Amino acid sequence: MNAALALPIVAPLLGAAISIVIRQLAVQRVVSFIALGVSLVASIIITVDVSRDTHIAVSRLGGWPANIAVTLVADRLAAMMVLISVAVLLIVLVFAIGQRAVDEHSPVYHPVYLVLAAGIAQAFLAGDLFNVFVAFELMLMASYVLLTLEGTDEQIKSGVTYVVLNIIKSLLLLTAVGLVFTATGTINMAELPERFAALPDGVRMGLNLMLLVAFGIKAAVFPLYFWLPDSYPAAPSSVTAVFAGLLTKVGVYGIIRTETLLFPGAQSNLLLWIAGFTMVVGVIGAISHSQMKRLLSFHIVSQIGYIVMGVAIGTKAALAATVFYLLHHIPVKASLFLVEGIIEKETGASAFDKVGGLARRSGFLALLFMIPAFSLAGLPPFSGFLAKYSLVRSGFDNQQWIIITVAIVVSLLTLVSMTKTWIGLFWGEVMPEVPASRVGLLRHHRTMAGATVLLIACTLAIAVLAGPLYDFCVGAAQQLTDPTMYIEAVRGS
Amino acid sequence: MSFVLVVLIGVLFTIGTYLVLQRSLTRIVLGVGVLANGVNVIILATGARQGSAPFIGGDADSFTDPVPQALVLTAIVIGFALTAFLVALAWRSWTIDGNDLVEDDVEDRLATRRAEADHLNNVPVHEDVDVTVNGEDASS
Repeated sequence: MNAALALPIVAPLLGAAISIVIRQLAVQRVVSFIALGVSLVASIIITVDVSRDTHIAVSRLGGWPANIAVTLVADRLAAMMVLISVAVLLIVLVFAIGQRAVDEHSPVYHPVYLVLAAGIAQAFLAGDLFNVFVAFELMLMASYVLLTLEGTDEQIKSGVTYVVLNIIKSLLLLTAVGLVFTATGTINMAELPERFAALPDGVRMGLNLMLLVAFGIKAAVFPLYFWLPDSYPAAPSSVTAVFAGLLTKVGVYGIIRTETLLFPGAQSNLLLWIAGFTMVVGVIGAISHSQMKRLLSFHIVSQIGYIVMGVAIGTKAALAATVFYLLHHIPVKASLFLVEGIIEKETGASAFDKVGGLARRSGFLALLFMIPAFSLAGLPPFSGFLAKYSLVRSGFDNQQWIIITVAIVVSLLTLVSMTKTWIGLFWGEVMPEVPASRVGLLRHHRTMAGATVLLIACTLAIAVLAGPLYDFCVGAAQQLTDPTMYIEAVRGS
Repeated sequence: MSFVLVVLIGVLFTIGTYLVLQRSLTRIVLGVGVLANGVNVIILATGARQGSAPFIGGDADSFTDPVPQALVLTAIVIGFALTAFLVALAWRSWTIDGNDLVEDDVEDRLATRRAEADHLNNVPVHEDVDVTVNGEDASS
């Protein structure tokens, strides 16, 4: 059991070490699939293990006693996040190979991609704050390289914004970790809540806000989101899909941990404001754009608002809805970027004035866009409806009328922007002109289409299996609202 | 924690913040280096009481806490890697257009051009304005 906890981190790192030495494309691909496959199996084992009653899996690396060991902890939330992340990473890897735009051009793509996978898994499983910092660095370093892999003018310009902003964020996080250690004498997340409670209010609030700002920059919440829509669109679609689906969620995960385990409910009013503004600003940005990749990038920001809203309300029902929202959101967001990737690969663009009439060329592609688009907007019967319904429902129970109104209006605006994308890309004259032999679109991109179908099937499966999955999320919320479970599991034998 | 170290932390953060806010990427790299060292000094200076080196066999009561040192060691390595990457980025930026200035983002460039065009000709932005995203025209 303990070995399984370390595997999602160790397997990709080993794979990265192998594939940076052996630079044959075929070998690199096999290594990547094996490493991510091992991660997937391990994360399934972990998830099954924690889904029995209220079990929390803990692994102390090197067998040191609890107070000095580097601890890996998987409660339900962490296990679920690792599982969905590794699954998305695997599917996007298939897509990236089909896209023929990244790993054939650079021998470092595979190793860096695996390091990214390891960093994401470690960020979810880390049991102490410094380990969280190291995981963020691992993940961010890989993301810097992936974003600027082609080294074009456009990528370097966007890359500079992204890299500098994230380095500032890292320094802020490191400062926060250092000061937390100064104030409490520990960085172990199980011991911190008790020590924080003993601190003066001012110190506690200062540390809380520093952590919140550091995670907030990564999560791209209002007003710290400005770097995201500028940098993400510069990368190839397969890379943007992973960034959009996973990287911001790691920041959100940090916020969830800070606000439930370390400082329970300390900043819920602040978070409520942040959530509302994030939703509104994100969706307005999305509506104002007429290029699919930029439009979707603004939607990442907008959707983060919903997740933060759940954290802000903070009841068990709200947190269960938040966890379910995360589960639904990651594959939906990634699959929209994959659809964009297919369009861009076929037509060389995804701006509304350059591309059009795609529904005439391929009805199936239109369907592939429609399912995640409706799901993102929260229309039944897709997973987004269940996620949004349960969030709004939990807001009703707490009489948070303003934020519910905002959430519902933003949801409608999301639908408007998706309709705009639909009219821009799928209706109208076929643009650019194509010979009759290329009218069927997807048959020229079988691998990419296959990966996209698989990911969309995942989102549909989440909608179909919503009952048992929601029960799982309620269990996760139970663990989040009652931090003593986490603390006892980490401290105990 | 000595007064000198407190002043040093303040100075490092001031210089680092000033440099990071500059337009030239080379100065940003220097700023990041200085800031990172400021953070390291914070951890070292505030995290541990002064004491003897924590070796096995010594007097355990007079030990300094080794954890901050371990943290700082890791942070230095990470900072080194980040600086190396930033320098590579600055070099690449220099080989592309001969300078290492951080440009305005796409939206800012667009807004500026729009304002200029309005001001000069009283007409909207034309197709020939060179603002590209991903090789695509973003001015539409």
